[in-house]
Amino acid sequence: MTDTRISPARPRTASPAARAVRPGPRERGTRLLAAVFLAPTVVGIVVFTVVPIVGSVVLSLFHWNVIDPPGFAGAANYREAFGDSTVLVSFRNTLVFMVFAVAAQLLIALALALTLNGRMPAWLRSVFRSAFFFPLVLSAASISVVMKYLFNQDFGVVNWLIGLFGIAPVPWLTSEHGAMATVVIVYVWQQFGFSFLLFVGGLNNIPKEIHEAAALDGATGPRKHLAITLPLLSPTLLVASVVGIINALQVFEQPYVLTDGGPGDSTRTVVMVIYEKAFEQLRFGEASAVGVLLFVLIMAVTALQFRLSRRFVHYQ
Amino acid sequence: MTQATPTLSRARYALGPWARTAGLTVCALLTLGPVAWTVSTSLRTPAESFDLPPQIVPTHPGTAAYHGVFEQIDVWLLALNSTLVTALIAAGQMVTAGLAGYAFARLDFRFKKPLFALVLATMMVPLQVTIVPVFLVLKSMGLTDTLLGLIVPAFPTAFGTFLMRQYFLGMPKDLGEAAMLDGAGPWRIFRSVYAPLARPGLAIVGVLAFNYHWNEFFRPLILETSGRNYTLPLGLVSLQGNLGTGSVSVVLAGVVLSMLPAVAVFVVGQRPLREGITSAGVNR
Repeated sequence: MTDTRISPARPRTASPAARAVRPGPRERGTRLLAAVFLAPTVVGIVVFTVVPIVGSVVLSLFHWNVIDPPGFAGAANYREAFGDSTVLVSFRNTLVFMVFAVAAQLLIALALALTLNGRMPAWLRSVFRSAFFFPLVLSAASISVVMKYLFNQDFGVVNWLIGLFGIAPVPWLTSEHGAMATVVIVYVWQQFGFSFLLFVGGLNNIPKEIHEAAALDGATGPRKHLAITLPLLSPTLLVASVVGIINALQVFEQPYVLTDGGPGDSTRTVVMVIYEKAFEQLRFGEASAVGVLLFVLIMAVTALQFRLSRRFVHYQ
Repeated sequence: MTQATPTLSRARYALGPWARTAGLTVCALLTLGPVAWTVSTSLRTPAESFDLPPQIVPTHPGTAAYHGVFEQIDVWLLALNSTLVTALIAAGQMVTAGLAGYAFARLDFRFKKPLFALVLATMMVPLQVTIVPVFLVLKSMGLTDTLLGLIVPAFPTAFGTFLMRQYFLGMPKDLGEAAMLDGAGPWRIFRSVYAPLARPGLAIVGVLAFNYHWNEFFRPLILETSGRNYTLPLGLVSLQGNLGTGSVSVVLAGVVLSMLPAVAVFVVGQRPLREGITSAGVNR
């Protein structure tokens, strides 16, 4: 593009080809416009994302509590994190949460999308579709406020409802397993609509002829789904599970409002630990170290998934 | 077409549509149930909040809880803060994403590919990982505990930029070329030819921004320390903390009020919202 700059030795009145690549007024106008158009986004992303990423890594190598001047810590924050039982438990909780939440979210969404894909009046289909994605537009914090009442052991609607089936009241928020189950249920209740919308879109992209051909060959019901629909849907499944996992590893609102990490540390998640270390205990270095570890975990899980997917995902 | 299907499984399949509709109905009720309970309980007197079995139609409907929530917290201030933050972020994102998306799709400049790769890469970075340095950057600018501190960092949107780039790429190239032959400069081509066509794409960016930031909790929790800068979700969570389980219907009245704009957008903008959510998944 800019030969003339790289080789200043070339005389100014060189070949016509060299002159042709020198920017004319139109090109200069275009570049100026591009610079103006890009400035807000690029400057913003550099200041509020790129610099903070580097900052996180740098901070994680320092002891700093805002009040005293920062001191170099080397790997001490990481050693501390690996020796801190709360941090370790929070990683375990987050992984357990992720496995149950993503599995439930994908299975429910897939079952509903496949069921909705059957023959049905168009208005009914759109009513169901709206209902399933409605929770997505609500605030996770406010919904958790509501759910805290519904899952109350003594006067909550959930225990009343399961009581109708003869099940004894469950200590949802006050026992370790119950609390984790509640956080998963409340999260999945709000999030399954996201995977559901992806699957509905993916199913719409499967050509009708394929279903017709399958019907001609006698494939119906579950067999058709296993042999034909799922392989064709596998790219969408990959996307839904990658995004689902990335989101689940960052869970915060539900445990913060429902259980505050308790009872004990049984529902304390990694992001809650980052929040507490940084903004309640003012240990910015340690909080950054935990943040960097979470980032590495997210990247590793995502990379692993894409690697596995090479074997299982079929592109048409 | 169905000749090949054995009669037995065909008979079993005749039950299919009804079973399907029944199953879907149960799931839809479970999905909407908590919301219905919230609305109906907010219309009961605080003393009846905990009546079991729960009544979907309140026995003594009244707005006592709504008066209560206005007495307990400054709903107008919370709503004003939430509206300001959300509206400014949505408008700002439409501008930044529209401009940058156009530049990446239709303008030629140096470092276009690496710059676009940088924008895409930041989509992978979770907010929670960068929040400590972002907080410190805002502190150095004096923007912690201000609404501006919530608004300004949310202006650039990697996903919105990506979405708008795709949108502009989908528009026919000859339109701009024809305008160029007529002597229009690059700004005129953008302003008069392509920008007017971008409205549906910008609507997606705007609706997604509204939905996300109206409900946002993590950043306000960290940035806004004094009550006068609280947004609605923050105000409601602290209201529940203050009232405990004493007056459920008052808290739920607050939840219903805070939901109304989100529900309005769900009704009016369902299509852009759905398209945005779907493409957010497909492209992320």
